[in-house]
Amino acid sequence: MNVLGDRVLELGPAPGADSPYKNFKLTRDADGVAWLLFDREGTSANTLSADLIEELDKVLAELESQRPTGLVIRSAKKSGFIAGADVNAFRGATDVGAVELEIGRAHAVINRLEELRIPTVAVIHGFCLGGGLEVALACQMRIAIEDARFGFPEVMLGLHPGLGGTARFTQLVNPMQSMPLMLTGKTIDARKAKSLGLVDAVTQERHVRNAVKDAVSGRLKRARPRMFNTIFGFGSVRGLIASRMRREAAKAAPEEHYPAPYALIDLWEKHGGDRLAMLRAEQPSFAKLMVTPTAQNLIRVFFLREQMKKLAGSGNKIEHVHVIGAGAMGGDIAAWCAGQDLRVTLADMKPEPIASAIKRAADLYGKILRKRTAVRDALDRLMPDMQAEGVRNADLIIEAVPEKLELKQKVYAGLEPKMKPGAILATNTSSIPLQDLRTTLEKPERLLGLHFFNPVSRLQLVEVVSHDGTDPQLLKEALVFVGAIDRLPLPVKSSPGFLVNRALTPYMLEAMVMLDEKIDKTVIDAAAKKFGMPMGPIELADQVGLDICLDVGDMLRSKFGDMLPPTPAWLREKVAKGELGRKTGKGFYTWKDGKADTGGMSAISEPSAEMIDRLILPMSNVCVACLREGIVDNADVVDGAVIFGTGYAPFRGGPLNYARTRGVENVVSTLETLTDKFGGRFTPDAGWETFK
Amino acid sequence: MARPVFIVDGSRTPFLKARSGPGPFTPVDLAVQCGRPLLARQPFAPDAFDQVILGCVNVIADEMNPARVAALRLGMGEKMVAFTVQINCGSGMQSIDTAYRYIREGVSDLILAGGAEALSHAPLVWPQHGVRWFAGLAGAKGVGAKIMAALKAKPSYFKPIIGLERGLTDPITELNMGQTAEVVGHLFGVTRAQSDAYAAESHRRLAKAQSEGWLKGEVETAFARDGKFYDHDDGVRPDSTPESLAKLRPVFERPWGKVTAGNSSQITDGASWVILASEEAVAKHGLTPKAAILDSQWSALDPGIMGLGPVLSATELLKRNELTLSDIETWELNEAFATQVLGCLAAWNDEKFCKEILGLDGAAGELDQTRLNVDGGAISLGHPVGCSGNRIVLHLVNAMKRLGTRRGIATECIGGGQGGAMLIETV
Repeated sequence: MNVLGDRVLELGPAPGADSPYKNFKLTRDADGVAWLLFDREGTSANTLSADLIEELDKVLAELESQRPTGLVIRSAKKSGFIAGADVNAFRGATDVGAVELEIGRAHAVINRLEELRIPTVAVIHGFCLGGGLEVALACQMRIAIEDARFGFPEVMLGLHPGLGGTARFTQLVNPMQSMPLMLTGKTIDARKAKSLGLVDAVTQERHVRNAVKDAVSGRLKRARPRMFNTIFGFGSVRGLIASRMRREAAKAAPEEHYPAPYALIDLWEKHGGDRLAMLRAEQPSFAKLMVTPTAQNLIRVFFLREQMKKLAGSGNKIEHVHVIGAGAMGGDIAAWCAGQDLRVTLADMKPEPIASAIKRAADLYGKILRKRTAVRDALDRLMPDMQAEGVRNADLIIEAVPEKLELKQKVYAGLEPKMKPGAILATNTSSIPLQDLRTTLEKPERLLGLHFFNPVSRLQLVEVVSHDGTDPQLLKEALVFVGAIDRLPLPVKSSPGFLVNRALTPYMLEAMVMLDEKIDKTVIDAAAKKFGMPMGPIELADQVGLDICLDVGDMLRSKFGDMLPPTPAWLREKVAKGELGRKTGKGFYTWKDGKADTGGMSAISEPSAEMIDRLILPMSNVCVACLREGIVDNADVVDGAVIFGTGYAPFRGGPLNYARTRGVENVVSTLETLTDKFGGRFTPDAGWETFK
Repeated sequence: MARPVFIVDGSRTPFLKARSGPGPFTPVDLAVQCGRPLLARQPFAPDAFDQVILGCVNVIADEMNPARVAALRLGMGEKMVAFTVQINCGSGMQSIDTAYRYIREGVSDLILAGGAEALSHAPLVWPQHGVRWFAGLAGAKGVGAKIMAALKAKPSYFKPIIGLERGLTDPITELNMGQTAEVVGHLFGVTRAQSDAYAAESHRRLAKAQSEGWLKGEVETAFARDGKFYDHDDGVRPDSTPESLAKLRPVFERPWGKVTAGNSSQITDGASWVILASEEAVAKHGLTPKAAILDSQWSALDPGIMGLGPVLSATELLKRNELTLSDIETWELNEAFATQVLGCLAAWNDEKFCKEILGLDGAAGELDQTRLNVDGGAISLGHPVGCSGNRIVLHLVNAMKRLGTRRGIATECIGGGQGGAMLIETV
């Protein structure tokens, strides 16, 4: 019933058109309760910026003088309460003092809200994150609408909360639960928020008026911090817990790469017993983090993501996706699309791969979808299709059959006569040029590449590959589709390995060469992790599939020759034996339940800096080459793609940003040294001369 | 003016034998599993239907009005009218009959009619006196009263009853369905050996149909979320012989009964859909009708001999359409029990019964068993009660198309003392 959509949000009395404020509307209801609506000018979601906070200060001054019987704060935006701080303000910060000054001013305004002498209630729907949650925490009461989600994502930007959240959240909610939420950046739903005591009530829009009435008049049953929380007032207790938290944090994010979690733990350990001191100490700690390279690079990554989202555009017209081939990639692509509300038919000749794809989908939905019915509906949308009935009705066909030219062409020949007009034919190929695939097509203009990465649910990038005859309209639709399924598109020209595999293959093959040099696999993986990769190249090869690595390696070597490390003969034998890595349970490591059994052992020796350079610098080298060749036209997007497509150490800001930070001259001379020692594959690309 | 009504397509899940505990699918899950591929292969969109009618006897608590739940889960749109029908073992045919009448009268043009049942999901039921005890306990005020109420408990209060067992017992005569088959067998002199031979043949016929691929296009593979898939009716035992079946003990009336687990229908889960269309819908969407429904009939009789239901309803159909037994080239007579099927055949051959009960001039005659249940039946496939009536119509159509026959009847006995029959003609 979209017709009645504008009646859904309960925003109190209708505001007049003559609001003196740019970003707020202030009304008064029959009970004398003031309704303050956050409605940031010119945006669809509320974010906090310095000017908005300044204006909030004026609103608070008005409220102090008018003394309403109570205050309701809520958002007038359908999208949610407040999505956090306006990250633009954080960009390029270098001056600790200036950051501290600004955050101090914001603190004063939030404190002013907290000190209002009337009952204050935040009514929260949708996203309530970071700074938004800090505003809510400064209210006396919080009422959540069922769809609300809460969290402190600051840590993903290399920061911790900075508007008083560290103090107010740990004081209100047991630190054993509130600290991990701030340390991981995870979000929680309204029910969880209620059980933690973060909100006082959970209700629906239709009861907001009555809930507010009860809250203002003191009839609302409040969530109170448990008595048990008082033990965290003892420094010795906090010390014990803090050291455990540090150990936990070190597993996911080493301090040398990610200082924020450790700064937060320090802050709480030192000041957790004294609210005022913690509020004060939070400010310099936040400012110090803000100017670290890690935070600035992660903020850059945040904007790279925004930039790539914009590449997608909007107005998706694809409702039905037909995926051919229910193997590891096809099955997971199909599952992802169905999880994103699309109708999906998953075709295969045999039921076995479809059945295991359905199981993987069910497992995935169990993790990412919160409601039992949502899991059921997603599985209902994912239809096994052994008769390929989906072809006729699909808006988009994604072919994910084995990497054999003739096989793919045969599949296309069967599809083309049945496809509906205007439908897109996409291939998930990672190694066959579109120029070769299109030769037998009746309508080559509707062929393009949609290259997903493994695991599909975790790597956000999709390379959208075009050849010189791709219909530009269909290419545009494909980009929009990628955005609509919550992935990030990278438009690339069809060229061997596109961008990501071309950059990644030297990394993995170099690791194979190192194995030949009798370097232990754990040391090789440790070298990459020391640089900041989430996974070493050996484990990654297992994860991707050694057969795929071999295919892509062979294909790239046939085009680029000795610019790639040689493929060892034993890799071919391993593949022939069916030791393909994760998907067969054995590769370099033994895999169980989707995890590599590294035996819990750490590397037997410390990796050398040269090892790291051998693995990492060729990636930067290839990225420069791709820019020079025009495979991708934007250096920032290259960084984003490698991060979102491979998990490349995000705090380094990407392979090009890393080279820039390290210094181009240094990178080139190091590559030259490696060339002398290990061979021509390290030869610096000509593109470095013009790269800035 | 009655309009012609066509069956244009249909599909079903494999029938899955209830083993230990609830099976992988609920009734609506089953309806979705076979409904999705059926809708996907149609040249029209799922929301083109006028309504959805589904037969289901054991509706589970999470799926009240399973027809509507299935329609929504099949993506047929929120405007899709859908209702559930229940006449016990005839529910799946009742849905077709209701759809047939809507279309014949010109109210609807395109209807999805099905049957779904997950007998393995039948609930455990607490004994009534146990439930009363619990209600007393919950209602007692004060600690003393609570203790007194609690002390009234007896062990038998906590012995759950398998709901299915009650469901398969006639509430009027208190006879279990198997016992009604014993009665019918007794009245018409059906022997244990005849029943076992019939049952063995049912398995042989189904196994043959499976290996010849005759069920392709009718049975759609079902995929469970645990990564298992089901592509055939798994109750089939091709190695069953009259001799092996003879070793089984009777289950309902020991020790002398004739009805055993081996010559009874199996307890299974399954769903089935049939698409019915008017001439207009056929023309509008460019459909190819497989068969037309010519007539249908429901009849009722003493619940204690419910197994004879098909004889009553099918004979009414024949009389009204001026046909004889031998005019019908292909028969689907639901195999609730071998003894009951053979009882029906014997009744048609029984002059007294035919004259007195059916109002015929003499015995209707011998029904040629090569025309009957040509690809096996509920004994080998199983009998998900609310689904079976739908399956026999669907399979009758498919079997007639394969055999090139023109006229067929699908009929079933119905617990509670009824029978349903449908006269079909291929086009």
